[in-house]
Amino acid sequence: MQRKKECVAMLLAGGQGSRLYALTTNIAKPAVSFGGKYRIIDFPLSNCINSGIDTVGVLTQYEPLELNEYIGNGQPWDLDRAFGGVHILSPYQAKKKSSWFEGTANAIYQNMTFMQKYNPEYVLILSGDHIYKMDYAAMLKAHKATGADCTIAAIEVPMKEASRFGILNTNEDGSIYQFEEKPKQPKSNLASMGIYIFTASKLFKYLEEDDANPNSSKDFGKDVLPAMLNAGEKMYSYRFSGYWKDVGTISSLWEANMDLLGDEPTFDVGDPDWKIHSRNPLAPPEYIGDKAHVNNALISLGCEVEGTVVNSVLSSNVVIEEGAEVVDSVLMAGAVVKSGAKVVYSIVDENTVIEGGAVVGEDKEAGNGIAVLGRNITIGSGAKVAGGQILDKDYKGE
Amino acid sequence: MANSAVGVIFSNIHDENIPELSRHRTMASIPYGGRYRLIDFALSNMVNAGITTVGVVTKYNYQSLLDHLGSGKDWDLARKDGGIILLPPYSDETDTPYSNRLEALKGITGFLNHRNEEYVVISDCDGIAHIDIADVIAYHEAKGADITMVCHEEAGKIDQSYFMTFATDEDGRIGSIKISPKTTANSKNDVYINIMVINREYLIGIIQDAVTRGLSSFGKDILTKHVDTMKLYAYKFGGYYAGVNSIQKYYQHSMELLDKNIRDELFGARDIYTKVRDSAPSKYSDSAVVKNSLISDGCVIEGTVENCILFRGVKVGKGSVVKNSIVMQDSVIGSGVELDSVITDKNVVIRDRRHLAGCAELPYFIGKGRMI
Repeated sequence: MQRKKECVAMLLAGGQGSRLYALTTNIAKPAVSFGGKYRIIDFPLSNCINSGIDTVGVLTQYEPLELNEYIGNGQPWDLDRAFGGVHILSPYQAKKKSSWFEGTANAIYQNMTFMQKYNPEYVLILSGDHIYKMDYAAMLKAHKATGADCTIAAIEVPMKEASRFGILNTNEDGSIYQFEEKPKQPKSNLASMGIYIFTASKLFKYLEEDDANPNSSKDFGKDVLPAMLNAGEKMYSYRFSGYWKDVGTISSLWEANMDLLGDEPTFDVGDPDWKIHSRNPLAPPEYIGDKAHVNNALISLGCEVEGTVVNSVLSSNVVIEEGAEVVDSVLMAGAVVKSGAKVVYSIVDENTVIEGGAVVGEDKEAGNGIAVLGRNITIGSGAKVAGGQILDKDYKGE
Repeated sequence: MANSAVGVIFSNIHDENIPELSRHRTMASIPYGGRYRLIDFALSNMVNAGITTVGVVTKYNYQSLLDHLGSGKDWDLARKDGGIILLPPYSDETDTPYSNRLEALKGITGFLNHRNEEYVVISDCDGIAHIDIADVIAYHEAKGADITMVCHEEAGKIDQSYFMTFATDEDGRIGSIKISPKTTANSKNDVYINIMVINREYLIGIIQDAVTRGLSSFGKDILTKHVDTMKLYAYKFGGYYAGVNSIQKYYQHSMELLDKNIRDELFGARDIYTKVRDSAPSKYSDSAVVKNSLISDGCVIEGTVENCILFRGVKVGKGSVVKNSIVMQDSVIGSGVELDSVITDKNVVIRDRRHLAGCAELPYFIGKGRMI
């Protein structure tokens, strides 16, 4: 008997994330650090395994090295399987042609052989841009119950922001009668989350047709979904009402990190019933020193804190020296804030060193925005980095 | 070079030293340092020396050890050839499980026979140290020793029921071995720290000989008796060593981890591997006051924590003050609680407004899963 998987997930992780500026100079957006010990991609991958989906193709294109290394054989997510598991799918050279992935639909189309190997009934399409916890199994159940050919996860967004999204116009039973990509005058505030479940045979059919269409931009939202709707296929929305946050901009990434703080956090990563799995740092417990003040903070293994940390998220192995102060900030793995330095309303990427007496960022109230320091750079002693400034090179001050 | 050695770890020997913590588990699986078990130090020393096959000898109470080790993947020891190999006691109708180290070794001769490495590194789980095993093996080879025993200089009186000291010549060769000699406050002794390198075939020979002659003690019947004919060498380890042979020592050495120099020596240069649990980073609330403490992942701290070691998933409620204490995995401390010099085992619940105190010499111990 040929083995098969009922549902295969395809995770689009090729995005450059150019609006994250210095944070994605050398890495793909899904590999960006989040919430202390996580990377953005941990969320869809954990959702998959928690939903019982154990076959995931991860489509990479932009700066895939670190992402590939991070995912490895998939063991941290329990996705190292003899049949199934997580697989990195990169653009490749075929006999007839070779090309980069042109659009979201084209990326999936180019990996048809991967999906067909598992002979799936359903294909789940995901993106690596969002922080959320979602039970895809419940969505699949809904997909089966409605007998849909395609089910699109949807969330209500504030009406004034609706024109930034793909908007679903639906009937009372949740069936979709119109799909509008970033409409100027939205008719509803039900936004597509970019999470689709297709009945596999329909997906394969429409991907073939889309590939043959020279006028198509090879995009799910712009081409494939409208084509299916026009052909009269059954398309349903699936309502999701939990936390869902695009972390594609500096400010949304900062906000999502802050959402983890507080006694009753907006988003809880510590839920034992829906664990977020990740590749764990090999580090001892964090040490909080005699003179330290740590309040309203998330701190990860291997940190050494002798200074003040307030309203902030620290990834593993961050060092905050005595007399240093970190407020309203996100510090990624291995960042060092030396004695007397101050970091306010900032995001500091991995292994960046802030020398003594330097001041990075300005109070949120100053209105100048979030300061961003890229990886592996040094901010010189006594240097001042203004609010909203983005640096990806060493900086000694003016 | 390192692939020339296979590791053997004794998980149960010394259990009787810490009955409080080994009632439900092996010595090897006693929690230590916030997120580790004692075996992690012995295993990591071996893995860091490039050893890829480690036999773990067990006797009883080894459920928690099995749970901790799993397939061995967290130590990079889930291997096709070798990896972690559990060696539970072997006994047939006529035998009972081993009662001493020699019998335990006899039980694993099958394992030793099937390996082809030249050396065996044997280690117990009662010590915490960062020892370069590759260097010990190189020393063993350079000396052409039959057995190299790792020792650490202990100053002062040693209050242990069983220990071994050496006298060595200039070359490091052991001239005499004393078992549990009298020690004074002024004495300095090279004390064996239960790690040895031995030629594998030589070890098999010793075991067979001991079995035919009905010997029972590796120390008394073999090492001390043949110190003149065997080429026994001492490898002097000069770094930080914490021998955990009583609950007082356990407490004292655990607290030493609050010293940065000791932490740097144990964790800085190379990795100590342990089981991964996927806990969230620890959360410090607005009301948290944390000083001089080691905090593991998954903790939620709303109260005051000073001079403490908190293991994974510990909760400290509002208004509670926890000082000089070790709180193990998933223990929950309510609000308004005061703890001083307390060790709680795993999954302990301290209800609101309880006050408990021990002292540095005799920490107050609360057993696994108890509710106070």
